[in-house]
Amino acid sequence: MDLLHPTDALGKFALMVLAVLIFVAAMAIILAILNLPKRAPKWLAPVCFLGPTLIAVSFGLIYPAIVTVSNSVHDKTGDAFVGLANYVTAFTQPEFLIVLRNTVFWVVLVPTLSTALGLVYSALVDRTRFEKLAKTLVFMPMAISMVGASIIWKFMYDNKVGLLSACYEWFVGMFVPNAQAPQWLMNAPLNNFFLIVVMVWIQSGFAMTVLSAAIKAIPDDITEAAMLDGIGGWKMFTQITIPMIRPSIVVVLTTVAMTSLKAFDVVRTMTGGNYDTSVVANEFYTQSFKYNNQGLGAALAVILFVIIIPVIVYNVKQLKKAEDVR
Amino acid sequence: MSVAVEVGTARHAVEPAQATKERKLTRKEKRMIEAKNKLSSPWASAIALIIAILWTVPTFGLLVTSFRGNRRDISNSGWWEALLPQNWGRFGLENYEQALGAQNRLGDYFVNSIVVTVPSVLIPITLALLAAYAFAWLDFKGKNVLFVAVFALQVVPIQVTMIPLLTQYVNWGLNGSFWVLWLSHTMFGLPLAVFLLHNFMVEIPRELVEAARVDGASHVATFLRVILPLMTPAIASFAIFQFLWVWNDLLVALAFAGNTPDIAPLTARLSDMVGSRGSAWHLLSAGAFISMIVPMGVFLALQRYFVRGLLAGSVKG
Repeated sequence: MDLLHPTDALGKFALMVLAVLIFVAAMAIILAILNLPKRAPKWLAPVCFLGPTLIAVSFGLIYPAIVTVSNSVHDKTGDAFVGLANYVTAFTQPEFLIVLRNTVFWVVLVPTLSTALGLVYSALVDRTRFEKLAKTLVFMPMAISMVGASIIWKFMYDNKVGLLSACYEWFVGMFVPNAQAPQWLMNAPLNNFFLIVVMVWIQSGFAMTVLSAAIKAIPDDITEAAMLDGIGGWKMFTQITIPMIRPSIVVVLTTVAMTSLKAFDVVRTMTGGNYDTSVVANEFYTQSFKYNNQGLGAALAVILFVIIIPVIVYNVKQLKKAEDVR
Repeated sequence: MSVAVEVGTARHAVEPAQATKERKLTRKEKRMIEAKNKLSSPWASAIALIIAILWTVPTFGLLVTSFRGNRRDISNSGWWEALLPQNWGRFGLENYEQALGAQNRLGDYFVNSIVVTVPSVLIPITLALLAAYAFAWLDFKGKNVLFVAVFALQVVPIQVTMIPLLTQYVNWGLNGSFWVLWLSHTMFGLPLAVFLLHNFMVEIPRELVEAARVDGASHVATFLRVILPLMTPAIASFAIFQFLWVWNDLLVALAFAGNTPDIAPLTARLSDMVGSRGSAWHLLSAGAFISMIVPMGVFLALQRYFVRGLLAGSVKG
């Protein structure tokens, strides 16, 4: 049996079962070692329980992160030290400035739009007869891959048979004869927004789920009191609901911001980063794996990492605040 | 760290909701709900309906397309025309046959997706359960520092790790095999898994664990007989979360598997097909649904657990 490269389905499944069995055996050995001596030394239990995880994250996350930081100050092949040259490239070259601009669009627009939509929708369907079905529909895009979502939307944007193009031609055709739908994904900079729509479509379900749980947690007596005071509808939403679930809104905003910063699936699948649509995460992939430019790729990865830090610090501060209030 | 916020708010949020559900509504409350619905009725319903349609129609359109048997129909007319009664006879399974057939072999990639996913879910959960037990119920020096360290690793974007890991895999001669995908997904999934499972584990009453220890049960016995059974719902939540993450992953697949039919999962293949055959909608539509059928099924069947996993932690990668 070929343990590295099985080619038929049976071989692959056999390899999978074998891998699981090897893992189970390894775990059994570790637990057996722990159980063996009558008076085990005190350090044995933590080492056995924690050891595998610590080794895995050290090798898989800590060590490579350090190497990447070092790569980012070296050249294409990782041989010559170049100082901050890669970072200078990333922040000054015109094509990278566009990448940075697009990334800002993504990180600002995706969280705000999907949070707003998720919030409005969850407030609207809250305690209605169709709540469960209505939520499932909007939540569904969270379950499918971003690649799948990209195909779904690329089809919407198709110039010839896409629904969006047809709607455009029908609507504009009422005023201008023989209206032609634009090339949605090719005309910069607007195409960025059509890509962002896809990510908003995916992430709104997440926002809706978290915010809906938060809305349901608002104590009944508060809404009741507000209602007795004659507050209803829109006023209730802006003056009671939103202030009450503020911490959750912040969590959703920051979480979605981080997701959209790191995701490259939509851009890579729909435009490949062409037509001025690339973002930092996609550019990292292109530089590292397509152009084999290790230094620049590493610098872009480090930039991603560094942008995430303030978002997380903010998030932690909000967490502390929320806890203090409680 | 933002996970912590979510766990906090989510737990806090879910409980009262369930409480209301279980309690019978008083008449006054019922009237209130009715009043509320009436108040916000026409506009609110219209907006909610529009959002629901916008979120459903794109997927539905591609689904309809995948069943349009004639390729020329697909590239010449919008999918909504297939819904006209006179066109009903033109539906068929040709696209799926072709996508799974000898030329496109999406069936092979489907197998790859399964083979990649199963160990990538089982292994990190097991390791994380052991680690969470250590953090929750063992006393040793440096415990808190280590826990914070593992927890903080969640913020490392996996992009930062890719090239050095790839170099290692190539050095070991493992590159391009399932082993590196299993290993990578395990390592990337661990920080979140440890954190989540630990959160659930510390909620197990201390007396239960201590009683077992006093009775002379070893740590292994305590772990297997006391902790594991109580952790089943938490395990299910995280398993679904990790399953969807691995099945839907593109970055790890492209970086470590490329798009060889030997190991690449569906996402990698589909993403490449969009690039090379961007307007072959008969193939792309069928391919997309072949890749989406499993996560959609899991999602619909186990939505409750998925929501819990999602509420408990959504920061990953």
